[in-house]
Amino acid sequence: MENLLNIFIKSIFIDNMIFAYFLGMCSYLAVSKTVRTSVGLGIAVTFVLLITVPVNYLIDTYLLKKGALSWLGASFADLDLSFLSFMIFIAVIAAMVQIVEMVIEKFSPALYNSLGIFLPLIAVNCAILGASLFMQEREYHGIAEVTSFALGSGIGWFLAIVGLAAIREKLRYSNVPAPLRGLGITFILVGLMAIAFMGLMGIKL
Amino acid sequence: MSTPEKEPLLSAKNLKLLTSPVGKNNPITVQVLGICSALAVTVKLKPALVMALSVTIVVAVSNVVISALRSRIPDRIRIIVQLVVIATLVIIVDQVLKAYAFDVSKQLSVFVGLIITNCILMGRLEAFAMSNSPWKSFLDGLGNGAGYGLILIIVGFFRELLGSGTVMGYPVIQKLGLYSAGYENNGMMILPPMALILVGLIIWVQRSRDKSLIENK
Repeated sequence: MENLLNIFIKSIFIDNMIFAYFLGMCSYLAVSKTVRTSVGLGIAVTFVLLITVPVNYLIDTYLLKKGALSWLGASFADLDLSFLSFMIFIAVIAAMVQIVEMVIEKFSPALYNSLGIFLPLIAVNCAILGASLFMQEREYHGIAEVTSFALGSGIGWFLAIVGLAAIREKLRYSNVPAPLRGLGITFILVGLMAIAFMGLMGIKL
Repeated sequence: MSTPEKEPLLSAKNLKLLTSPVGKNNPITVQVLGICSALAVTVKLKPALVMALSVTIVVAVSNVVISALRSRIPDRIRIIVQLVVIATLVIIVDQVLKAYAFDVSKQLSVFVGLIITNCILMGRLEAFAMSNSPWKSFLDGLGNGAGYGLILIIVGFFRELLGSGTVMGYPVIQKLGLYSAGYENNGMMILPPMALILVGLIIWVQRSRDKSLIENK
């Protein structure tokens, strides 16, 4: 249990998807103009991460990894399909996003309307594929650890985008040098936010 | 192109496809595409170069493939088709890197795989390759890859020089004897936030030189 909490906190603050790895940067910069929309996108990303990463973990452990197919019989024991993982992961993500979209539309039209066009866009958000690849690289043990990593990464992303959106809303009233306006100042802002987040790096859990 | 007369392969218009993404229409600083993987690989110049090369190859080849198939791809499943083409090319690049440049491939870690979701690819496929001929798409891919690479190389060069005092692993600062004069490496440059701030500064420089790029509020 302690271990799970550890992974959870670590993936929110220390290994933050945005500030430590710059994942999901494109939609992060494009959709962070207002707090309202960024909350929607943040929730959608968290949701999709929470579903796709555990599914990809199961696929990786029982189908792709070296020796993963041994449950099929001894002759399959030393097959290594891990070079296929990019293709499988992205297919799972694209399919999951589609399914999630349909399920939400059916059962919760209110949530569907608030997420709007962001859901399909998430399929090509690097944070989602990135989380699956990190899951593969860091070798978490068991589905519980993977799930807490996925939830933590999602919440970290959510916090980052809402924070940036809040600052950008205020920024509209300040006098930024013309060439820096818009994109330039946003980059520098994210950099400064990342420096602030690095203050949490020393925490030993 | 519907014009019946044959255009020369490198006409002025085609050449413009190649050069405009490097400057005025740069994928990173103007189109805001492909930032995700661009920043994390720029601590040192070498992985930045390898990354730039990989992305250029993938974007140019996938542009050609999709452009050649563009009249056959049903509109509704085009995203999946594009993703499959890109993923196949990225797997090839990844396997080649693992075989011939294993240490660099270890440094790039998940970011090779993340070329798949690099927005430059989807962006160029959607915006350009789906409506242009293969040769034009190839040039567009090369141009965008080069524009992306240029920013990566600038950021990688400064981060490595100021952060570790080397260029491509060669100890420039030490050879110049600056350490004995009291110079110290700026550890801040190695950390992720400085990549963002450097790109911000590049945008500042570019937009001060070219006023037409300035955004209106």
